Amino acid sequence: MDLGQINPLLLLASLMVAATPILLAAIGEAVVEKSGVLNLGVEGMMITGAVVGFAFGVNTGAPSIGFVAAAFAGAALSMLFGVLVLYLKSNQVATGLGLTLFGLGLSALIGKPYEGIKAPTMAKWEIPLLSDIPVLGPIMFRHDPMVYVSLIIVALTWYVLTRTRAGLILRGVGENHNAAHALGYKVIRVRLMAIAFGGACAGMGGAYISLVRVPQWVEGMTAGAGWIALAIVVFASWRPWRVLLGAYLFGGISVLQLNLQAAGVPIPVEILAMSPYLITILVLVVISLRGNHGAPGSLGREFHATH
Amino acid sequence: MRVLKSLLASAALATGLAGAAMAEDKTKVGFIYVGPVGDGGWTYEHDQGRKAVEAAFGDKVETVYVESVSESNAEGPITQMALSGADLIFTTSFGFMDATLAVAEKFPNVKFEHATGYKQSDNVSVYSARFYEGRAVQGHIAGKMTKSNIIGYIASFPIPEVIRGINSAYIHAKKVNPDVQFKIIWAYTWFDPAKEADAAKALIEQGADVILQHTDSTAPQAAAKEAGNVVTFGQASDMSEYAPFPRVSSIIDDWAPYYVARTKAVMDGTWESVSTWDGIGAGMVGIGEISDAVPADVKAEAEALRDALASGEYHAFTGPLNKQDGTPWLADGETAADYGDDGLAGMSFYVEGIEAEIPSN
Repeated sequence: MDLGQINPLLLLASLMVAATPILLAAIGEAVVEKSGVLNLGVEGMMITGAVVGFAFGVNTGAPSIGFVAAAFAGAALSMLFGVLVLYLKSNQVATGLGLTLFGLGLSALIGKPYEGIKAPTMAKWEIPLLSDIPVLGPIMFRHDPMVYVSLIIVALTWYVLTRTRAGLILRGVGENHNAAHALGYKVIRVRLMAIAFGGACAGMGGAYISLVRVPQWVEGMTAGAGWIALAIVVFASWRPWRVLLGAYLFGGISVLQLNLQAAGVPIPVEILAMSPYLITILVLVVISLRGNHGAPGSLGREFHATH
Repeated sequence: MRVLKSLLASAALATGLAGAAMAEDKTKVGFIYVGPVGDGGWTYEHDQGRKAVEAAFGDKVETVYVESVSESNAEGPITQMALSGADLIFTTSFGFMDATLAVAEKFPNVKFEHATGYKQSDNVSVYSARFYEGRAVQGHIAGKMTKSNIIGYIASFPIPEVIRGINSAYIHAKKVNPDVQFKIIWAYTWFDPAKEADAAKALIEQGADVILQHTDSTAPQAAAKEAGNVVTFGQASDMSEYAPFPRVSSIIDDWAPYYVARTKAVMDGTWESVSTWDGIGAGMVGIGEISDAVPADVKAEAEALRDALASGEYHAFTGPLNKQDGTPWLADGETAADYGDDGLAGMSFYVEGIEAEIPSN
């Protein structure tokens, strides 16, 4: 064993890369669930974002266009879910699962011509001055732009949800849709917007896997990341900063355990392999022990407008 | 998720095929895949074999497949396939072993073929390829090409096939480079591009400049390409889109001749339960073109090694070899037996020199 082989700076840098897809998907889903809708189609929207983002990235040569396209693709797919669930009152769980299956199939179809193609490289942003800070600089301030974008999205989500009127309405709709409706808020419109936001975030999260993390298109490449994101939302009790913590813990320990294995640490591999799941759940549950951290009151419930 | 996907897929399969069952004269051949057919590696090559069966028999045969079947829930999809009237079913991952046997017991008239396993029965054949012969060639090239003397190995599950590969690669790398060290990461997955990429990056960050993989996607190749100075090998499929560098050679699984022959046997009524384990010589394991990134003399040595393995003149596990704990395994000149206590089929130990422990499965 030689822990000296693990470079903590490189480790922290790869932690952020490993966590970003889950973070994006989870923060989007947190908003959706805060509005009272459970969308289990995260995996399907991610994989669709991954392939559409990759296709646009390759064809235009610009990963940034790929990310925008992925956001639109994820949002478009989520609208399918939104219409089915909100207007046609279909079951949210079944429709969400259906969306995942549909997304997996659709992405395989779209992705056929893109197998084995190299992705355009995304330039790293070296934030002037800050990136030159010793030790911290290379970890924090020399990443591809999407890492910062994801952090900004988390901050904005927190701000909007907790500090603005729009956020209050969204939470109201999620806690008690009948009361919100009685007060004259457009429950369905609010939820549609939340679902679209969730879809866009999931799409970008998927594109981050195909454009930055791997980077190439392989069928089925999200390999369950969407489900991890869903779990993190629950264990983070629907709070943006805890979602960030959960995603970074999960991503971080996933990368750390691979490094520990390579360094030959004398901990049984099977324990290392399960550690990301175990530790993330433990930490988030312990944080949530005190206080009221229940799910949004109307989560998953069908909304019938009564006049 | 995979479970659901495969359940739905097999349900769709069952309904879709109810009509086709009318055409009794057609031989129906089914395939159960562990990953998607577009993985660019393991499952891709099995699907090439399926296509070869279609090409060989045309109208006389009908093939069906279910992809991304979970190893822990394989019984459902295999049962569905048997119910839908398949005459011959190939289950193409080690983890499908017990499910295949369980279903085979219920359908004595259906023939089953399980890849890389070791449990045979009256209507279950087993077949595998001697991938370790290819690993020997990789180990040789890896030992010669590494500058840091650190070779990274992305392993999947601690099963004999994977352990054989690690041992074979190590023995042949060590032979040409006594200072070589192996760093092994168990990914506990056959297919997860993001995790495979992370594993490759972790190995590269810890100084590995050669990466061998026993997982199915091309993600480690992409990670190596980004790093710039890291050598890789195609796994299961040629992965030639990463040639000539980082991918300098590959192990290619060629299942097509076997699948065609076994389908023919079912058609002729001559099918019997057999155990097949072929290597480079029989063409089941191919060594992908060694690219010009490899120095000419190393390339010539590697090709000579390949030919010696193919002709049977040299065995990849030839003594003197000790086990990891120092106890003698093979005497000077002795070659490993396929079966038996310390045989290759059930290999569960590292050879001497590897500094790591095999996780208990």
